[in-house]
Amino acid sequence: MGFQPVKFYQTGTYTVGNRLLAADERSVQSSEQRSNAINSGHRACQGCGEALGARYAIDAAMAASNGQLIAANATGCLEVFSTPYPESSWQVPWIHSVFGNAPAVATGIAAALKAKGKTEVRVVAQGGDGGTTDIGFGCLSGMFERNDDVLYICYDNQAYMNTGVQRSSATPPAARTATTMPVGPQPGNPFGQGKNLPEIAMAHGIPYVATATVADLRDIEYKVKRAMQMHGARYLHLFVPCPLGWGTASHDTIRIARLAKESGLFPVFEAEHGEVTGVLKIRHPVPVEDYLKPQKRFAHLFGKHAHPDMVAHIQALADRNIRKYKLLDEEVH
Amino acid sequence: MLKQIEGSQAVAQAVALCRPEVICAYPISPQTHIVEALGKTVKEGSLSPCEFINVESEFAAMSVAIGASAAGARAYTATASQGLLFMAEAVYNASGLGLPIVMTVANRAIGAPINIWNDHSDALSQRDSGWLQLFAENNQEAVDLHIQAFRLGEELSMPVMVCMDGFILTHAFERVDIPTQEQVDAYLPSFEPRQVLDPAEPVTIGAMVGPEAFMEVRYLAHARQLQALERIPQLATEFRDVFGRDSCGLAHTYCADDAETMIVAMGSVLGTIKDVVDEMRADGHRIGVLGITSYRPFPLAQVRAALVHCKRFLVLEKSLAVGLGGILATDVRMAVSGSGLRGFTAIAGLGGRPITKASLHQLFRQAEQETLEPVSFLDLDRDAVNKQLERERQTRRSGPIAENMLHDKGIVSAGQFG
Repeated sequence: MGFQPVKFYQTGTYTVGNRLLAADERSVQSSEQRSNAINSGHRACQGCGEALGARYAIDAAMAASNGQLIAANATGCLEVFSTPYPESSWQVPWIHSVFGNAPAVATGIAAALKAKGKTEVRVVAQGGDGGTTDIGFGCLSGMFERNDDVLYICYDNQAYMNTGVQRSSATPPAARTATTMPVGPQPGNPFGQGKNLPEIAMAHGIPYVATATVADLRDIEYKVKRAMQMHGARYLHLFVPCPLGWGTASHDTIRIARLAKESGLFPVFEAEHGEVTGVLKIRHPVPVEDYLKPQKRFAHLFGKHAHPDMVAHIQALADRNIRKYKLLDEEVH
Repeated sequence: MLKQIEGSQAVAQAVALCRPEVICAYPISPQTHIVEALGKTVKEGSLSPCEFINVESEFAAMSVAIGASAAGARAYTATASQGLLFMAEAVYNASGLGLPIVMTVANRAIGAPINIWNDHSDALSQRDSGWLQLFAENNQEAVDLHIQAFRLGEELSMPVMVCMDGFILTHAFERVDIPTQEQVDAYLPSFEPRQVLDPAEPVTIGAMVGPEAFMEVRYLAHARQLQALERIPQLATEFRDVFGRDSCGLAHTYCADDAETMIVAMGSVLGTIKDVVDEMRADGHRIGVLGITSYRPFPLAQVRAALVHCKRFLVLEKSLAVGLGGILATDVRMAVSGSGLRGFTAIAGLGGRPITKASLHQLFRQAEQETLEPVSFLDLDRDAVNKQLERERQTRRSGPIAENMLHDKGIVSAGQFG
């Protein structure tokens, strides 16, 4: 398990400098050999969770494949901020086709490599939550059920950010987006909608499904490495806060991601062949208010015209995750 | 080797001889027999190495082909009708990226009303997609066009659509000369991509391009099609050298030398047209035919040269630009603009409506006498149309159009409206 507690005598925290670790336990990013798959100079916003997550994920995939990696990318922020002509941030062979077909393009790449006997070259596909849970869902499900040899990474920032923060099927209840405005008796995105893509991926019975957040970059590296040790269809769902779309401070990206995990709203786990094999436990339980309040997209839940009923509903969703995925250690209860 | 064989089986054998490395399959009539046959060929091991992928939609079929081609593999798929429309976004993307995918389009009407029979609406809807579009007159030409399509597409790094009439060709058993592997190998070299996803030499394919370069990228697609105008006749000549028969090219004339009236068409209907022309010639009519093989690029110069010596021409096409008239006819008229030729358009055979010799005899005579409307509709049932138009004038809730039409024509016992 990549996230088994490691106690460190200095601080009692889980944070540690690489120098204190054995060489084979050090992070990919700490290595001079890291690939810098997405190099500097791209046009992501300050504090972009997606840029951070993609850098760690793709560098980890590069390390795990000895640099033998090809990436397919859906349309979206990641594609746009990384490639405007004549600049490209990508130091890996990379293709963008259209919004909804990254999984299928990756399937085609994997098929070509197989036909050509280049079995050492691995394939990743990546997209945002809109490209993954909505418009690319058909192609993704097809890639899953055929068990094509592709690692798909979804960078979930919970709305269509590239087009100006519109609702996707990954947008959480109550969230303000440009198409779920905080007006009327039920402000923001409705309750009872949306889809849980990690669980849908698990229902395909594919070899590996995992979630992670940019609050735990070592966990991202571990899960990418784990996924790359397997063949067939694999799915990694990364929680990546968007300062622009969420109305959060750009220096708070990692804190917000941590609060999503610690509140239970975003369960961090991994699963093999449809069964959960590991869960990242909540270390410091927090009420969902702690996660919601720093985000302007939830501002209508608090203040003068507060909606405590909606906050309670969100808390119930978090509590259900905590029960379902056993996110709290027994001794905490 | 001569075989009495179904068109789809012949095309599948020709495609297999071209050694595709990735084939994407999604069923849609009337192309399905082609991918079924290729699936069997791959599964039994007689086409190897090749990955045959059963995808979940036509959009995925083209997308898998895009990925495969970008990774340096020779990629093939086949579709028709709604399937071509469903993949349209990826169709444009493949040509924009310059990926030489070959796709068979078994031409079929587009709904609504849903209809599985032949016309050219599907392929012509992708007229401006950037794909080269070649139309087969018969199954021998369908076989030969596929072999030339891989060569042409890969040379130019552009995708090629080989269009063959659904059912009329795909399901017809004809005598077809299936080439040998040695012949195809001699004609078609292995695929050397202009761009390839390779970890040893990373490239970014499909970057965002703004106003500063977008027009140039689009113009390059146009420039490649203009190159194709030169290469298609050359490749047909080289094809004759290897395979011993004339096949393909840009366009072909028949009985055109002294013709006063020329009939212009694409696809299998050319066979019926030539039979009618033979019969009219026997009666002393000075009538000829121009068959267009390459619809994109459109051979403006060849079309003009074939028509300028006649007095009038009639474009007979299995497609309709709703609100205008002809699609092919518009291009033909552009080719002869300024020549003063009288031009007529006949829309025929939509949704599989039979195009009979009797109807063509009458149509061609009207064309000779210049008594046709500029745009006419062959064998259109005016009474049925007028009845529906009258119903719509009289009743707001006039009901579903197709159901009314079937009822009026006495085909089914449908609900009555108005």
